Amino acid sequence: MSLTQSDIGRIANLARLELSSAQSETMRSQLNGFFDIVEQMNAVDTTGVEPLAHPTAVIDHVSLRLRPDVVSEPDQREANQKSAPAVERGLFLVPKVIE
Amino acid sequence: MNDLHTLGVGELASAIADRKTSSVEAAQHLLARAKQHSALGAYLAVNEDATLAQARAADARIAAGERSPLLGVPLAHKDIFVTKDFVTTAGSKMLEAYQSPFDATVVQRLAAQGAVTLGKLNCDEFAMGGSNENSAFGAVRNPWDTTRVPGGSSGGSAVAVAARLAPAVTGTDTGGSIRQPASFCGVTGIKPTYGRCSRYGMVAFASSLDQAGPMARSAADCAVLLSAMAGPDLDRDSTSLDHPAEDYTTLLSRPREGATAAQPLKGLRIGLPKEFFGEGCAPDVLATVRAALAEYEKLGATLVDVSLPRTELSIPVYYIIAPAEASSNLSRFDGVKFGHRAAKYDDLIDMYKKSRSEGFGPEVQRRIMIGTYVLSHGYYDAYYLQAQKIRRLIAQDFQAAFAQCDLIAGPVAPTVAWKLGEKSDDPVANYLADIYTLSTSLAGLPGMSVPAGFGAGGLPVGLQLVGNYFQEGPLLQAAHAFQQATDWHTRAPQGY
Amino acid sequence: MSSSKSLLVGGYEVVIGFETHAQLATQSKIFSRASTAFGAEPNTQACAVDLALPGTLPVMNKAAVELAIRLGLALGSHIAEQSVFARKNYFYPDLPKGYQISQFEIPVVQGGEVSFFLGDEKKTVRLVRAHLEEDAGKSLHEDFIGQSGIDLNRAGTPLLEIVTEPDIRSSAEAVAYAKELHKIVTWIGICDGNMQEGSFRCDANVSVRKPGAPLGTRREIKNLNSFKFMQQAIDYEVRWQIEQIEDGHAIQQATVLFDPDTGETRAMRTKEDAADYRYFPDPDLPPLVIARDWVEQVKAAMPELPRGMAERLVRDYGLPEYDATTLTQSPAMAAYFEAAAQASGQAKLVSNWIMGEVSRRLNAEEGDIASAPVSAAQLATLIGRIADGTVSNNAAKQVFDALWTGEGREVDAVIEAKGLKQMNDSGALEKIIDEVMAANAEMVEQFRAGKDKAFNALVGQAMKASKGKANPQQVNDLLRQKLG
Repeated sequence: MSLTQSDIGRIANLARLELSSAQSETMRSQLNGFFDIVEQMNAVDTTGVEPLAHPTAVIDHVSLRLRPDVVSEPDQREANQKSAPAVERGLFLVPKVIE
Repeated sequence: MNDLHTLGVGELASAIADRKTSSVEAAQHLLARAKQHSALGAYLAVNEDATLAQARAADARIAAGERSPLLGVPLAHKDIFVTKDFVTTAGSKMLEAYQSPFDATVVQRLAAQGAVTLGKLNCDEFAMGGSNENSAFGAVRNPWDTTRVPGGSSGGSAVAVAARLAPAVTGTDTGGSIRQPASFCGVTGIKPTYGRCSRYGMVAFASSLDQAGPMARSAADCAVLLSAMAGPDLDRDSTSLDHPAEDYTTLLSRPREGATAAQPLKGLRIGLPKEFFGEGCAPDVLATVRAALAEYEKLGATLVDVSLPRTELSIPVYYIIAPAEASSNLSRFDGVKFGHRAAKYDDLIDMYKKSRSEGFGPEVQRRIMIGTYVLSHGYYDAYYLQAQKIRRLIAQDFQAAFAQCDLIAGPVAPTVAWKLGEKSDDPVANYLADIYTLSTSLAGLPGMSVPAGFGAGGLPVGLQLVGNYFQEGPLLQAAHAFQQATDWHTRAPQGY
Repeated sequence: MSSSKSLLVGGYEVVIGFETHAQLATQSKIFSRASTAFGAEPNTQACAVDLALPGTLPVMNKAAVELAIRLGLALGSHIAEQSVFARKNYFYPDLPKGYQISQFEIPVVQGGEVSFFLGDEKKTVRLVRAHLEEDAGKSLHEDFIGQSGIDLNRAGTPLLEIVTEPDIRSSAEAVAYAKELHKIVTWIGICDGNMQEGSFRCDANVSVRKPGAPLGTRREIKNLNSFKFMQQAIDYEVRWQIEQIEDGHAIQQATVLFDPDTGETRAMRTKEDAADYRYFPDPDLPPLVIARDWVEQVKAAMPELPRGMAERLVRDYGLPEYDATTLTQSPAMAAYFEAAAQASGQAKLVSNWIMGEVSRRLNAEEGDIASAPVSAAQLATLIGRIADGTVSNNAAKQVFDALWTGEGREVDAVIEAKGLKQMNDSGALEKIIDEVMAANAEMVEQFRAGKDKAFNALVGQAMKASKGKANPQQVNDLLRQKLG
């Protein structure tokens, strides 16, 4: 399993990261080094094994708690927008979204 | 009192309660010390006004007659916990000036008990790393040898305790990030069962692995903090376990069944996984750990051989699952609502790319790439799904081992602290060093690091103790018994 | 599966599948406790969780689950005992976390179907699934040059995404399906159905093929928010696709928007890598478990469903299926019908009047049955007067008019005031008929010679002579008698 430059480009794009060609190359070789140690996972026979999404599910029934349908969050726009990069009239501003 | 920093949590709380000192005085003393030792790089955000206001409030509560184990005690929080009064960065440029409108639940709970926040502690960026060299705001230095790493990701936390900048701190542990720096810095730390402490207000790294926990100079002090930190947060965290809060301190002094004064741990079976004691572990570490285990035998414990056959597999499994979850958790950092936004960009997509590439350091970007890849179309089954299945097998391995023992013990890390810069070019080497702590996190089990002595170069070595689910109490009890019979945990690095 | 009577367009079969996003009528959001109320100032109903502030986590709203269960019961679906929330990862400014919490492999509602009438034909569209997910925020473009303003008030509103099999074969059927689904979700109270406010949003996956050929490539028309434009949009898209194919171009999968001003569908700027959402189970949310007895509880509290009620109306009142379906368009309408039918004992007549006069006026005034000025009791009385011959059907319409406009308030009083009583007195009627026959001897002869039309002309004359008050049925019978 060997990642190519094109793979790196595609993944970086999906993750909205921008890598220079030097960074891309470094990333590629580091990830390939990493995936070498991942290969050993393929050999493990996991037939019939359920994935463990929630750790304590091994010993306990883990199920989603449901809360009552009550509104209890007041308007805290100012506090919530304290660290916003660009706000106008309460709206978060971004470069135009073209559909 | 000018030796306030030598007092542990219990002693300091008493001194404050007895009016030998005040919370304000203690806070001022420790703030000054933090400044004095700023070269260690342990602290990030500090807000003296806020700290002293909290201290004054605590002193008022004491004046009114209130007494409780943390009242007026200054401590500091890993910069993964959001705080209203202190900037939260998570060690990242992405959040360089971030002001949270709310406090993390764990922070709230400690504050409710009267603890006072000294400041935020440096950490690897977004808790990703094992050396605290991945912080955007400078590496943290190990006070035992300032040319060496303190461990990570809770490096700042471990250092603050070791250098006596705070009597206790909070940290987080996803794959060993409390235990490993505790080991490298000679302090005591515990990661509780997954779901024990609320994750609300913890900047998320890997949701199914992240856990908050205390670090201090003793198991007794950890017990005080954990009692306040742990407990259900049903309203805000859906993964928080509906398990009642416990007072771990009462268990510490409660004798075990069949125990005697000389053998307080009589009947305790300690399992030693053979995979933890093999070639991969440095001889100095092994020797120190074995000596500590010999102490345990003196205290009455029985050592039992067990096996955790998939220990090595835990590395790829963890480094598939954690980055996968992280890649998704970090998508919210897009320069839209908060956090870093690039100064120049051509359009929306360019804004995303530049903001994120400027805001995230190389290790974070690496893990985002790994995570994105293993979740992507065509690779999900072979990587992510397969890893989650092996994860269950790993958890089952622990259950099989616990059929033969009450606790599992071994080294925390294969070596003592390495030199700054030594491993920074080799990310995989860093991952491999996590071998003994990852499987505990994958299984969601509680684990501790207890100072056990010193290895090569006079550097600290920690003993890892792992318990079954919800066994934080017995873990702390076993650590406490060891600390009653030994004094490794009391040692301080020279000059601190 | 809809009947095989396909409506080919230019020789092509139209294949349509629908995805509807219904906003669930809860007070708070699906994963946070902020309000879902429409129309608030920007970002005043977007709390820390909705904004994806660092450290925030989702907590599930029980009511959203209950409403999903209700829908599942209404459509005869299987309600999963255990379903899983998954993250759908993509970057968009109105998606604060950079992922949407949705359901992927294991949705809460599985299967089910929606039946309705298209003209006289009964159609059934099968459902694939319905799943819970959170809504995104909104982008506003108008007031900003080169920028968009993001309002996250809507982010986190609970949605039920309802997905059909590609069973629909025409734009008319699509609209009928959408209307029926709209009826159901509002009937059972899970959605307010306000399409202008975006409570009920439809996407149509449209493709064409020659009959017997494999499925064509589909294009998705997004955000069809009015029934009027829905049909227009689909028709345009179908014609466009056929034209492309006929010109030798292959159809590219795309997402398109309908422009009501131009009447055309237009491909959206493609979201790069939009297809790779990297779904995985959300580690912040354990599996949703729905116990059997919760489902039973919800079932017990459900109102009678439109289809069941329609079947009952057919059974108990002898109504045709078409009538029953139309009358069960809303609980209020059905209740109105039943009240009037029971009071008058004239179910079919009541049905005709509701589907006719009442609906006509309601549509023109854009009102609903709750606002009808004529009550069920009044209608029942009026129909009773028709049935017992007091007034003719035509006269009744005048009475109805008066009641509707408020000119009069009581049936009998209006009949009196307007002198609309039918002439039932056979003696007086016979006299009139005799006079008419005498005055129209030619017509009488024509009828006897075989021209049936002449009969109607004679009836007309008799009605005229009676100034419209004669009971037409009686006139008919008497005339026939006399003509031999």
